[in-house]
Formats: sequence, structure tokens, C-alpha cells
Amino acid sequence: MQWNLSDDRPIYVQLMETITLAITSGELPAGSRLPSVRDLAAEAGVNPNTMQRALAELERSGLLYSQRTAGRFVTDQAAQITEKRTELAMEQIRVFLSAMQDMGYTAEQALELTRRAIREEK
Amino acid sequence: MEPILQCSSLTKRYGSKTALDGVSFSLERGRIVGLLGPNGSGKSTLIKLANGLLTPSAGEIRISGLLPGTETHAMVSYLPERTYLSDWMTANDLLKFFDSFYEDFNLDKAAQMLTHLGIQPKDTLKTMSKGTKEKIQLVVVMSREAELYLLDEPIGGVDPAARDYILNTILTNYSENSTVLISTHLISDIERVLDDVIFLNQGQITLHKTVDDIRSEYGKSVDALFREVFAC
Repeated sequence: MQWNLSDDRPIYVQLMETITLAITSGELPAGSRLPSVRDLAAEAGVNPNTMQRALAELERSGLLYSQRTAGRFVTDQAAQITEKRTELAMEQIRVFLSAMQDMGYTAEQALELTRRAIREEK
Repeated sequence: MEPILQCSSLTKRYGSKTALDGVSFSLERGRIVGLLGPNGSGKSTLIKLANGLLTPSAGEIRISGLLPGTETHAMVSYLPERTYLSDWMTANDLLKFFDSFYEDFNLDKAAQMLTHLGIQPKDTLKTMSKGTKEKIQLVVVMSREAELYLLDEPIGGVDPAARDYILNTILTNYSENSTVLISTHLISDIERVLDDVIFLNQGQITLHKTVDDIRSEYGKSVDALFREVFAC
């Protein structure tokens, strides 16, 4: 995982985002086991309590679950991961549309330009 | 459970100068805490009081409920601001010295960390660079299985790469029930490893919060807040 932490936002929130992205991208597959809190914290270079908090929040959201002795796992509900992935994608699209709107494009025009960009990439 | 460190109205005067002025706070177990303040704010005084190297002018400081003394020395691992090691010592001498002095010293762990750093047991301290000396001191301090680590400016004199090594050593070597208090003015390097920060200014505590609370409340890093609060 790429731990790019910025200075102005709570660290645990950024850890949650990084782990969520690893789950939705498939880097951490559904049902797979996570490294220990200590290992993850060392990898990210953060305090173990902060990592613990991020993981606890992700458990509450249902993306992770823990089994008392076996450790912590990514949810095995593929539908839930897909849903989260769509949610993240929609967020990006809204950001894009709003930037296009600021430049004076309608949503339809933005879509047309997007199609063109895809054609040109091929 | 008793807090690992508790200060009540702790005051220290040197002649007419007040270094610490009625400081009260307590530290829980299992935390990494940054003691932050500009030069002369009282950071080292506080740490020396916790070690019993100084005695309070008023108020008191307790380690796990006890006044500083022989019993607390066994619980506290202290990294002083200045090196106190003799230059003639070899790395091996230093490990033996710590091993015979402290019951909680983990010799294997220390030896392993030194190997990892590329330090030979026969190397004398005299031949080591300032950064290597600081690393070796931190290694022996963190190789104790103490309840409280008091680190006075552990990253002051070393380059950024060595800083990362030192922070990583702290992160991977403190046990879950022990607390680490790190005094420093180099905040940006250290803030992501901290649970809580204490701002000390002219002998008084001006803030005691978690790093993430500061970031969500002020929308900025601890480093940025520090620069704002202590702007000259």
C-alpha cells in the first residue's frame, strides 16, 4: 500500500482511505487476512494506536471484520466492496463534473469530451 | 490503573528564574507523547524531575504512583539530552554495562539492532560519528523493557535518514503497556508517530491533546499550529 499522508487532515482518516482503496482495487482481496496492527503501523510509519483506530472504524463500516483469535480480515461480501468502489468512483466523477462546470461546460458537453478523450487514447 | 506519570502543581525554580510553573497533567499507559516547546520552555527540566535528577521546588511528580527514587529508576528508561558515555568504550562494553546495570535489559535485542546498524561489537565510541553515537544510545535505551521511556531530544543531532531509523526504532520497540515521552522541537518529523502532544511554553502547559484532535479541530498539522502559537 502507498501511504501518502498529508499534514492537514487527521491521520486515522487518511489511513482509512488508503486501506479502503487497497480493498476496492483488489490489492487486498475479499476475505484476505490483514497484517497485524503493529506491522501495518510500522509500514505506514505511524503510531499503532492511530492504526488501531483506523481499523476499528473500518470494522464499524463493515469493510473489515475481526475474528477473535485468527486476526482481522477483509469482508468476504463482494457486493459490499463493489458498492464502496462505486461510491468512490461517483465521488471522483462529481469532482470532475464540477471542475468542468467551472470551465463553462454542461454535463452533456463534458460527457462528449470524455468520449473523445477515450477514443483518442485507443 | 495508576497513571504512569503524574504531575501536580509541579514547580521548579532556579534562583529567581521559574523553569516550571505549577504544571499538572498525567500520562496514561500505552501512549507515545510529544513534549513540545521552544528552547528554554522547561522540557528538559520536566524530564530531569521525572528521573529524580532534580527535586521540585513545589508540587510533586509521581511515576506509577511513586516519588522518583530507586524503585522508579527500574521502571524508567532515560535518554539524556547530552551523551554521558565514555569514548573509550566499545559497543560491546556498552551492552555489557547496560546488561549488568538493568534487570530489564534485553541483550539479544540490542545486539541484533547494532548488527542491523552495521556497528561491530569491537568498534569504540570514539571512532563513531555523532549520528551513530546517538543511534547507539537510543538502541540501548529502547532495549530495556521499561514502563516509561523518557527521551530528551532523541532526533536533535542526526540527519533525516537517521531520524527515520530512530523513529522506527521507537515505534517497533516500545511495548503496548509502556509509555514513551519524547521531547523535541522538530515536530514535523515526529508528529505521525505521536498519540498526544503537550505544548510547554515558559514553564506552563498551554495545550494537551491528541494529534488527530488537533488536526480535526484546527485543520492543520501540529507543526503548523506550533509555529502559529510560538511565533516570535
